[in-house]
Amino acid sequence: MSKLEIKNLHVTVDTDQGTKEILKGVDLVINSGESHAIMGPNGSGKSTLAYTIAGHPKYTVTQGEILLDGEDVLEMSVDERARAGLFLAMQYPVEIPGVSVSNFLRTAKTAIDGEAPALRTWIKDVKGAMDNLKMDSTFTERNVNEGFSGGEKKRHEILQMELLKPKFAVLDETDSGLDVDALKVVSEGVNRAKESNDFGLLLITHYTRILKYIKPDFVHVFVAGKIAEQGGPELADRLEAEGYDRYVSA
Amino acid sequence: MTATTQTAQHGLSEHSHGAGVPIQTRYERLRSTNVSDFPAISPREEQWRYCSPDRLKGLDADVLAEFVGDLAVKHSEGVTTAWVGADHSAFGSAGIPEERPSAAAWQSAKQAYLITLPAESKSEATVEVISESNEPSAIHLIVEAKKFAEATVIIDHKGNAILSENIEIIVGDEAQLTVISIQDWNDESVHASTQMAKLGRNSKLKHLVVSLGGKTVRVASSTEFTQPGGDVEMLGMYFADAGQYLENRLYVDHAVPNCKSRVTYKGALQGEKAHTVWVGDVLIRMAAEGTDTYELNRNLLLTDGARADSVPNLEIETGKIEGAGHASASGRFDDEQLFYLQARGITELEARRLVVRGFLNEIIQQIGNEDLEARLSNSIEAELARSGS
Ligand SMILES: Nc1ncnc2c1ncn2[C@@H]1O[C@H](COP(=O)(O)OP(=O)(O)O)[C@@H](O)[C@H]1O
Ligand SMILES: [Mg+2]
Repeated sequence: MSKLEIKNLHVTVDTDQGTKEILKGVDLVINSGESHAIMGPNGSGKSTLAYTIAGHPKYTVTQGEILLDGEDVLEMSVDERARAGLFLAMQYPVEIPGVSVSNFLRTAKTAIDGEAPALRTWIKDVKGAMDNLKMDSTFTERNVNEGFSGGEKKRHEILQMELLKPKFAVLDETDSGLDVDALKVVSEGVNRAKESNDFGLLLITHYTRILKYIKPDFVHVFVAGKIAEQGGPELADRLEAEGYDRYVSA
Repeated sequence: MTATTQTAQHGLSEHSHGAGVPIQTRYERLRSTNVSDFPAISPREEQWRYCSPDRLKGLDADVLAEFVGDLAVKHSEGVTTAWVGADHSAFGSAGIPEERPSAAAWQSAKQAYLITLPAESKSEATVEVISESNEPSAIHLIVEAKKFAEATVIIDHKGNAILSENIEIIVGDEAQLTVISIQDWNDESVHASTQMAKLGRNSKLKHLVVSLGGKTVRVASSTEFTQPGGDVEMLGMYFADAGQYLENRLYVDHAVPNCKSRVTYKGALQGEKAHTVWVGDVLIRMAAEGTDTYELNRNLLLTDGARADSVPNLEIETGKIEGAGHASASGRFDDEQLFYLQARGITELEARRLVVRGFLNEIIQQIGNEDLEARLSNSIEAELARSGS
């Protein structure tokens, strides 16, 4: 049983026009096994929250804290956070020319576990996870994210999540850019991983459609850098019907 | 149709205000085996624009000492080796010097070491050029692949050098030759290497230049097609540390029809005053119809304070070609790549290693020799570890 706590988080970013505060006091607690959806309009700061949890150097925390089982996450480097059990499926995964998926996955797995995986079971695990995500077996020979379609990038992110088995996974708009079939495949992947690893899930999305496949226990409406309202799955239904207008114009 | 790209020449005229240096086509450049035909090296000459004469530690003098050190040679059956004089038919058959240090070495090295790769068979040879000299010296090597030969020659430079070198590469009709030249000198070494290849009918040359160690390493590689159907792949990889100067100059002379050239050079740089220069001259002469050429240079700057110059020059005298293109880009290390890898638990040092190796992989994978690939991978890792970043 693990706990991720975000307390009164304030985050700024340096822009050409000077320092800008994006997150303005975020409070959130996620336990293992729970699924939280964060929904909000574009530009409300959802990705900023995701990146800040992962430790992206562009974002400066000016107030508040993030704790993982009581440990100060903000003191950790990006890779230490990942090894502590935090995972971020990126909205825009970057290309790494010349580095094959297979090399990348093995290197990441070795880093997370602190030892190289046993070769035979590793190959089987990778193949199984790829089959489930309907990924062609030649995929591992390609260079990381190079020439991947939008859907392939997202599958690749979920593949990593399945294989690296984090304690908490943050999925930043994993649903965007996916067609109906791909959305289903990816959602099933998330559900399967969750079932076998029982991690805590923070699902960031602009739209409600992925919530048909991945059922959230909690829904948080994110507006202008903080949580404006929270509730159960029924809140998502209301957002579907009403949109964000009443929060934004308020 | 005549189209001329003259990036370097423009640069030259910039540096020589009012001197009235005529823009010459690439093949009009002076060639001579006589060192006194060459004026003193000056940054006003295009080929010495980046490399100041004091870097050369005397290699531009009229007379150089004979090579001091060892040639350690291993080869398969059928390969023959011999020291030959200027009267030998192979001597000077691949080309003659275009630059002062090359001409100085030509005259000062009285004999050339000739490696002959037998016709119609497979063979390989490794030559370790182990220099032990601390005065300007000279060496001359000739690699000759006879008709229908299929051969690989590795020339592995190590030790302490102030060395001007000429390497002639003769690729016989229908031969397939791979020549790999590795510059892995001790830190203070200075090396000027001129590697001239002449290709016969339907022959294929893969030429790979790897520069890692040495204070100043300047390799000028040229390919001349003498018959149709020639195919050259000129590959290069370099890794410059603080204070290191690594220059690569390429010249592909498409003088005859239906030949193909591909030039791919990749370099990584790190540290204060790490400086690399890449100049790629490709000339497609009037007669060279059906030419297919592409050249590419990419540089990855890992830290501040490093500088990569990259100058492709494509000079085209006929429009009746298959294709001609070039690309050149120098970019900084991408922090987003670092973040992505670190977000998967990979430490910063390991992440940098992965990215740099990935970047250079395109070249390393071309070597086709597992031991050598492993050695170069290890060298790159040692370089990265040295930066301590
Ligand atoms: N690196 C950055 N540099 C400058 N502005 C940024 C940066 N990251 C985010 N922002 C700004 O912060 C706000 C929130 O962005 P983001 O967190 O990406 O929102 P969301 O993911 O909800 O669409 C936007 O106005 C965006 O322009
Ligand atoms: Mg976003």
